[in-house]
Amino acid sequence: MTTLKIPTPLRPYADGKSNIKVQGQNVDEVLQKTIQEHPNLRKHLYDDSGELRPFVNLFLNEDNIRQLQGVETKLDEEDILKIIPSIAGGQAAI
Amino acid sequence: MNSQINVLEKIETQSIISSSLPSLVGNTPLLPLEKIGQHLNPQVSLYAKAEWFNPSGSVKDRPALNIILEALERGEFSEGQHLLDSTSGNMGIAYATFGATLGIPVTLILPSNASKERIQILEALGAELILTDPLEGTDGAIKKAMQLSKQEPGRYFYANQYDNPNNWKAHYQTTGPEILQQTGQSITHFVAGLGTSGTLTGVARYLRQNLPQIEIIGVQPDGPLHGVEGLKHMASAIQPGIYDPTTPDRIIHVSTEESYCMVRRLAREEGYFVGVSSGSAAVAALRVAEELDRGNLVTIFPDAGFKYLSDEELWKES
Repeated sequence: MTTLKIPTPLRPYADGKSNIKVQGQNVDEVLQKTIQEHPNLRKHLYDDSGELRPFVNLFLNEDNIRQLQGVETKLDEEDILKIIPSIAGGQAAI
Repeated sequence: MNSQINVLEKIETQSIISSSLPSLVGNTPLLPLEKIGQHLNPQVSLYAKAEWFNPSGSVKDRPALNIILEALERGEFSEGQHLLDSTSGNMGIAYATFGATLGIPVTLILPSNASKERIQILEALGAELILTDPLEGTDGAIKKAMQLSKQEPGRYFYANQYDNPNNWKAHYQTTGPEILQQTGQSITHFVAGLGTSGTLTGVARYLRQNLPQIEIIGVQPDGPLHGVEGLKHMASAIQPGIYDPTTPDRIIHVSTEESYCMVRRLAREEGYFVGVSSGSAAVAALRVAEELDRGNLVTIFPDAGFKYLSDEELWKES
């Protein structure tokens, strides 16, 4: 299962969890399953049209998924996916 | 021949007008927002204080310099001691700039997801950087700075921008008087983003003393996860010690998407190439201005857009 790491500001919307184990083929599937379990996370991650909000950066291990295949990026069992706020814009060095 | 050289040297020396960096802090221009405000009632005017004209490029020059000078004045720095603080960028750049000028070593704690440009600028200025877990955000950096200052009090002077009253006093002493003078005392509304809250607190306290009827509006991101560098969602973050929630008459919440969109408009319609928090300030100021029949609104544009260029999402038309 992929480990989804939740940043501090979003933990209140995920029952206080910092890590969530989710089964999913790609990033979108992992996020959708997480939101099914924690629906209050949705508005912080997606806009009204269902697009990932522009400042929500998702890092698969060390890589921003925007530089991979976006939410279609495939995931392996041991992958770690981190939700990182774009506090200062730019490409973060995690 | 010698007398000619002496004369030339005299002329050259006399014609040089130089300034120290600290003497150039403040006295920033007040720019009109004519295009984005062209639909407003003709009796309503909107202005922004262009803080990127400060020497290190942001509004943070004012509090950083005041914190350093007050600490030196009170003998709070020992020889070789490092100035320590947590920062998401601009305050660190200001500390590093004046630290270099005044010969003070600077250690900064910032989340590792600070933009590449910021980290490069801080390294270029010679600051020592300690990067914290990006998942913990700016609050993680604050906690780390507190911890280090307790562990090694001899090594560090903890500037603590969030709790240091010399932060808001810088704005009480400089930004507030400048705005009053630049508007000929005609300002009716002051709109500013809330980060440490130093700008809003200091300017509001000064303006209220001189214009008791003035309305003060604070600007915050609309949620705990946001992309507005420098601003805090107070309800979910560690509240700065200098923040007094009774200072603003009201708070306007602005989304990151609205701020991004406004940053692009300001660049393309006004020629003001500004950072994201300036976009938030402009969105809120425009919202207030649209409610009015008459008034002169002033907001603060904290920095320019250069440090945000690597954020491709910001510059993309939605």
